[in-house]
Amino acid sequence: MKLHEFQAKRLLARYGIPVPRGVTASTPAQARAAYAALKRLCRASKTFACNVKAQIHAGGRGKAGGVLVASSAAQAGAQASTLLGKPLVTHQTGPEGLPVRRVLLDERIGVTRELYLALTVERYTARPLILASRQGGVDIEAVAAKTPQAIAREPVDPCVGLAAFQIRRVQEALAIPEPLGPAFHATLKGVYTCWTSCDASLIEINPLVETGDGRLLALDAKVVLDDNGLFRHPELAAWRDRGQEHPIEFRAGRIGISYVGLDGNIGCLVNGAGLAMATNDIIKLAGGSPANFLDVGGGANVEQVTKAFAIILADRRVRAILVNIFGGIMRCDWVAQGLLNATQSLRVQAPIVVRLAGTNVEEGRRLLTGTGLPITTADDLADAARRVVGLATR
Amino acid sequence: MSILVTKDTRVVVQGITGQAGAFHTEKMLEYGTKVVAGVTPGKAGATVHGVPVFGSVQRAVEATGADASVIFVPAAFAYDAMLEAIEVKLPLIVTITEGIPAWDLIRVRRYLEGRPTRLIGPNCPGLTAPEACKLGIIPGYIHRRGGIGVLSRSGTLTYDAVWQLSQAGLGQSTCVGIGGDAVLGSSFTGLLRLFQDDPETEAIVLIGEIGGTEEEEAAAVIKAHVTKPTFAFIAGRMAPKEKRMGHAGAIVSGGRGTAAEKMETLAAAGVTVIDSPAAIGQTVKQTLLRRGVLQK
Repeated sequence: MKLHEFQAKRLLARYGIPVPRGVTASTPAQARAAYAALKRLCRASKTFACNVKAQIHAGGRGKAGGVLVASSAAQAGAQASTLLGKPLVTHQTGPEGLPVRRVLLDERIGVTRELYLALTVERYTARPLILASRQGGVDIEAVAAKTPQAIAREPVDPCVGLAAFQIRRVQEALAIPEPLGPAFHATLKGVYTCWTSCDASLIEINPLVETGDGRLLALDAKVVLDDNGLFRHPELAAWRDRGQEHPIEFRAGRIGISYVGLDGNIGCLVNGAGLAMATNDIIKLAGGSPANFLDVGGGANVEQVTKAFAIILADRRVRAILVNIFGGIMRCDWVAQGLLNATQSLRVQAPIVVRLAGTNVEEGRRLLTGTGLPITTADDLADAARRVVGLATR
Repeated sequence: MSILVTKDTRVVVQGITGQAGAFHTEKMLEYGTKVVAGVTPGKAGATVHGVPVFGSVQRAVEATGADASVIFVPAAFAYDAMLEAIEVKLPLIVTITEGIPAWDLIRVRRYLEGRPTRLIGPNCPGLTAPEACKLGIIPGYIHRRGGIGVLSRSGTLTYDAVWQLSQAGLGQSTCVGIGGDAVLGSSFTGLLRLFQDDPETEAIVLIGEIGGTEEEEAAAVIKAHVTKPTFAFIAGRMAPKEKRMGHAGAIVSGGRGTAAEKMETLAAAGVTVIDSPAAIGQTVKQTLLRRGVLQK
C-alpha cells in the first residue's frame, strides 16, 4: 500500500526524522488558511513563500507541474485551485494521470546538498538493505542504470539490527560532514526502526538534504507498506486512499480477486496468478491484446466466479472473454455454473471462449454445451487463445 | 530417487484442525503420504482423518518420529509455527500459507542460518514426488512418475505444465513449488543442485515469473553446475511496471525483474526458453527426443 507524501512525512516524523513543516488542504479556502497557519508555524516575517505540492501516488510531480510556489494566502488559494480536482500526469502515472484531491503546503528550504537514502528488502538474501547515493533529488533508476557504483548498499542483519558502524559507513558514502553525524545517526536509525515496526517494504527519502543553516531534512519521502503486514497496523491501513486506486482494481481487491487493468479488449478470467499472467502472454502471442489480468483465487466458488464476471464486464472495452481454469482444488463444474449464472444475470453479450482442464472437466464441459449462449469451449490454451483473438478482432 | 522426500517421509501437519489443513490432510493420505501427526495448540488428543493431533511440534515428533512438516496455519500465526518447526530441527518444512508479512520471512530466514532445516514456501502449492509422497495442495492425479524435475514460483500454472508433461508421456521425479512471495524460504538455486545430483532426474523444467532475481540467480547456477537439459517458461511478459500481478513477489520494480530480462539471461546460460505456456510439454518432449535423452 502506497502512502502519500504528507502521510510518509507524518510517519517518519514519529520516528524522529526531521521533515519540513507542512499543512495539507483539500480546497482553495483551506489552502489560504493553511498558508496562514504555516506562516505562523515557521514564525516567518512579512514575506513568506511555501511550496504547494499535489498529493498523488506517483513521482515526477515537479517536472509535471505538480509543485507550485505561493507567497501569499491568495496565491496559495489560486495555486491550490490550479491543482485540485484535476488529474496530474507524470512519467509514472500513465496517460490518464492520477486525481489530485489534496495539496501539501510545505515550507521552502535553503538546500546546500541533495542526497538519496532508502531502505528496502533484498529479496534473494532476505536482508533489509540500505541504499544511499550522493546523487539525490534525481531519478534513482537513472543513476542505477548509468553509474551503479554511485549507489552504496548496506545490508542489515535483521537479528542484530542496524549497527552504529554501518551508519558510519553510510555516512562516509554520503560524505556527510562530522557535525551532522549525530543527526544522521538518528535519521538512519529512525528509518530502520520505522521500516521494521510498520512492516514497510520501502522507505525512500529523495532528497535527504543538508540545509543552508546546517541541518539534515527529509525534503521528500515515499513509503510503501507491505500489504501482508497491514493487519498488524490498523491505524496505517486506515490511511489508504482509494481515490488513487483503479476503481475496478479496488472493487476486485475487496472480494479477494486480483485484478490489474491492461490496454486491450480481451477480458480474462483465470484461477491462479501465474496462470493468469501466462494467459495474458499467450493472448499477445496469438496476436491479440488482453484487457485485464484477473486471478479469481485458488479455492473460488460459483459466487466468486459470478462476481469476477461482473468485474470484467465493468470494462466497456471488452470485446471477447477468455476463461482459463485449471481445476485443482477448484472444480471445473463450479466454474461452468458460475459462468452460466453470470451470463444469465448480467446479460453478457461478448462471446466467451472457455478452456477447462483438471478436476471435473467433463461435467464442466457438459454444463456449457447446448446452452444457446455465446460460449465456445476450447481443447487447449493455444486453441483458446487463437479463438478468442479471432472473436475480438472480428 | 526423488529430491527432498521419499515414500518413507513421515509428515506432521501444522494447522491440521483448520479447514484447509483437514481437507488437504485427507488428500495427502489418499495419495499415500505418511501423514503421522497433526499439530494445533490447545487441541491435543483430537484426531483428524485418523491422524492424532498434538499440542506442539516437539510432542508430535517425539511420539511419531515425523521428519517433515506442512504448515497451513493462518498468516498471523505462521511465523511462530515456522520457528517452532525449525527449533526442533525438522529437516523439511513446507509452508502453504499465503499472506505472511515479508518481515516475518526475513526473520525466519535469519533463524534458519546454521540450522539443518530446509524451508519451502510460503505461499506455495507444496511438492510432490509422484507415487511416493505429496506435501501440500498439488492435485495428485496430474502426475506420473518419471525423469523430469519441475521447479516453479506458481500454483495452477505448475499444475498446467505438469499436466502437459504427463500427457506427453513425461513423468516427473519431483515437482516443487517454491512460492509466489517476495522473500522465500528456498530459491531455485539450491533445488537445481539437488536435481543435478539426483540420478532419476534427466531434465529440469523451471517456471518463473516477473519480479526479483530468482531466475537470474538460477541462470548463474545452471551455467556453472547443471549439465542436464534445462527448460524455462517465464510468466508476465505483458505485465505493466510497478503493478503487483497477484503474487506478492510478482512485480517489475525500478525497471528490474522483467520477463524479457530473465528470458535473455536464462537463454544465455544455455536454458531452452519456451515462448508459449501451452507448448511446455511438447517442447520438452521434442527437445529430449532430438538430443537422444528420450527414446521414441
